[in-house]
Amino acid sequence: MRLELEKRSEHSTFYSIASPFIAIGLTLVFGAILFAVIGEDPAEALYIYFVSPLTSTWSLHELAVKSAPLILIGAGLSLCFLSSNWNIGAEGQFVMGAVVGSMMPIVFPDVQNSLVLPLMIIMGMAGGAAYAFIPAFLKTRFGTNEILTSLMLVYVAQLFLDWLVRGPWRNPEGFNFPESRAFHEYAILPEVLESGRAHYGAVFAILAVLGLAILLSKTLKGFEIQVTGQAPRAGRFGGFSTAKMTFFAFLLSGALAGLAGVSEVSGAVQQLRPVVSPGYGFTAIIVAFLGRLNPIGVLFAGILLGISYLGGEEAQIVLGLSDKITRVFQGMLLFFVLACDTLILYRIRLVSKRAPSLAMGEN
Amino acid sequence: METNTQTKSGPQAGTFERSGDLLLQAKGITKRFGEILANNDVSIDLRAGEIHALLGENGAGKSTLVKILYGALEPNDGTLLWRGKPVSITSPAEARKLGIGMVFQHFSLFEALTVAENIALAIPGKLSIRALSERIRTVSTDYGLELDPGAIVADLPVGIRQRVEIVRCLLQEPDLIIMDEPTSVLTPQETDQLFITLQRLTSEGCAILYISHRLEEVKQICHHATIMRHGEVVSECDPSQETPATLASMMVGAEIKDVRKTGAGEPGDERLVIGSLSAPADGPFGVALRDVNLAVRAGEVVAIAGIAANGQGELFDLISGERLADRADSVLIDGQAVGRKGVNDRRRTGAAFVPEERLGHGAVPGLKLSENIVLTRHGVNDGLVNAGFVNRSRAEELEKKIKKNYDVRMSHDDPEARSLSGGNLQKFVVGRELDRNPGVIVINQPTWGVDAGAAATIRQELIDLARAGSAVLVISQDLDEIFEVADRIAVISRGELSEAVSAEIMTRERIGLLMGGITDAHSAQGEGAAFDAA
Repeated sequence: MRLELEKRSEHSTFYSIASPFIAIGLTLVFGAILFAVIGEDPAEALYIYFVSPLTSTWSLHELAVKSAPLILIGAGLSLCFLSSNWNIGAEGQFVMGAVVGSMMPIVFPDVQNSLVLPLMIIMGMAGGAAYAFIPAFLKTRFGTNEILTSLMLVYVAQLFLDWLVRGPWRNPEGFNFPESRAFHEYAILPEVLESGRAHYGAVFAILAVLGLAILLSKTLKGFEIQVTGQAPRAGRFGGFSTAKMTFFAFLLSGALAGLAGVSEVSGAVQQLRPVVSPGYGFTAIIVAFLGRLNPIGVLFAGILLGISYLGGEEAQIVLGLSDKITRVFQGMLLFFVLACDTLILYRIRLVSKRAPSLAMGEN
Repeated sequence: METNTQTKSGPQAGTFERSGDLLLQAKGITKRFGEILANNDVSIDLRAGEIHALLGENGAGKSTLVKILYGALEPNDGTLLWRGKPVSITSPAEARKLGIGMVFQHFSLFEALTVAENIALAIPGKLSIRALSERIRTVSTDYGLELDPGAIVADLPVGIRQRVEIVRCLLQEPDLIIMDEPTSVLTPQETDQLFITLQRLTSEGCAILYISHRLEEVKQICHHATIMRHGEVVSECDPSQETPATLASMMVGAEIKDVRKTGAGEPGDERLVIGSLSAPADGPFGVALRDVNLAVRAGEVVAIAGIAANGQGELFDLISGERLADRADSVLIDGQAVGRKGVNDRRRTGAAFVPEERLGHGAVPGLKLSENIVLTRHGVNDGLVNAGFVNRSRAEELEKKIKKNYDVRMSHDDPEARSLSGGNLQKFVVGRELDRNPGVIVINQPTWGVDAGAAATIRQELIDLARAGSAVLVISQDLDEIFEVADRIAVISRGELSEAVSAEIMTRERIGLLMGGITDAHSAQGEGAAFDAA
């Protein structure tokens, strides 16, 4: 007996929807095994990890804070990936959005009026987009692999931020701690509800999801994204330019990552620190694929991955597990998502070994 | 099972004499891919000294059978006998060990290596390149297939590359050679040379399994034919006793309508003009176009003949606007200079284009047919796009109309393009453009890999379109097709286009000369003068 993958003639609608759920199921099963191996009660551990973050108002607000950047970035990345542009550097664009968006309150702290926040948001988006322009330009001009350039630029952005907050942007009244001055009140993204910390970043995320969902499913631009991504030669025949699409995809996903970055520093952190992201830009890659590169799917995937962050913290506190457990879960999830995607275009069959033809000779 | 295989072979079975020794017998071969029965109880006998044609439409199961005989696929059921003994051929290497060689339709050569190096890769055992080169030279001269072992494959024209494949096969001294569409890339002269080689091989007792769509050829050289339809053997015959028309109807299972080329009136105005169009090669294996001139008038079909990769793709891209020309006036559509305009601007002038590659160029494999209509028609005013939004119901409406008018068969409504068979997808891709009633249509390989019935339909549509006042430019490698549809014929060779000559005075021999040989300016001039005289 052996397993055989057999190509389907068309995409399976059933598995297009089912595959993320199968992946989540497999992740839970293997997560339980993992917990059992390290000596925890799997049921309890899974409860702490995946359910307890949803049980209090406080943690629901935290979930919104954590999920919003994942959804914002993930929605942009799903569009980018659909067009076959592999932007792996959203983390860097997030950081650059945070940096450029923070210029107003840090460099011009005396400008305090209600125009500051809108300006910060625009600058944050511009910063992320400008940073994403670099790999797009290198790809279209020199044929450089955008996976490498965008990834490497992440480290440049992180070190640039690190240098800024230890050097020129360090808080003059901050006792030499490596952080910027705290943002003034006009530079802070307000909270949505009285009850907790969730800020307008969550609203931006939902607006982005809706906007991109309409763009992808209804407009000619969305059609162009699909065509150039799936069959560039056919895209050219349809009159679409692959180079323009590369710029469009990178600038849009960069702008959304930048928006997530500036929302995070202005809403949640309220100053610049050497590290402003727990890896949102990378986790958003998982979000994009788990959401099947569909903005609505990204919304749910972002919430799930947000839970994995909170659950990881919860597991540290309650069970005393290492915070690496979060990464392990996220890694398993991505692995199973990509594996289950195979089912969409292939079916698995058990094949019994054919009897050798010698045995079936003349009879 | 055995009695069954005999009756399956049709009414003519057993009425002709076949003398050679039985070499390879396949009995009751069945191969299933999912729900599809690609081969259903197929039996075939290959005899020494016989050229055995395997005929069938696309999707009839020929390739599956051949892959099983060559060990590239395992059958689900059935027996193979080699010289009367049951064998199991589980890999191509094993097939070669038995004495079965194969010449593929798509070349499997490394372009950057020399001929001898390419052959060395396929020959088991250690042989120095020099000794091998010597053998290549002997064998190739012996069979009239001269080769220079030291030549780099990338520099060789397609016809010579095929010689490399054949010689590589011959060096293994096979008893059975399987050839998949060997003449599709050859000039008539090269084809004749190949036939001499094949006859020589059979006279030495070699068996040849010959797959071809060219029925004239099959009638001319094959001793026996097995005809497949829908995965089954439907009949066997002696092709020399048949006509191409009877062979075709056996393949299709119905009479093929003749294409009628009537009513060619006085051609009207020039609707598509290509003037002094030159373009550098696009990449290392591209072909540069040199000073191409052609005018297609209303009411006529002009065909461009030529062997693959002589600049047809480049010319198509430049006419369609996927690649821009240097000068605007090098392409005129209905008098408008469009050489610097993109593909949608050109479509807006009433032009339509059908590229050679259906999947991945003419259509996106993973998108539905209705979405593939949007692909080429979003730029012309078809109501498919309103203020940036795609009107899907309009696209679905058009899809239904094209499906009905052009007889595109599908398992369910509006499927993804990839699920259609080659012929049906081609009918769709052509229908999508014809449905616009274009003033100018440029179509590259209109019936490539399309079964005889669908091909006749498409050709008739093109002629009818021209007669209704449009200008039709067909680029094709199939001379039968060209003579069927064209009013005038030009030949492209290494990026140069000959003058278009009336189909009535153009001969296959002349096309062959233009296709292959004439590279230096001297003989080209001589040939040109001959045409002027004619």
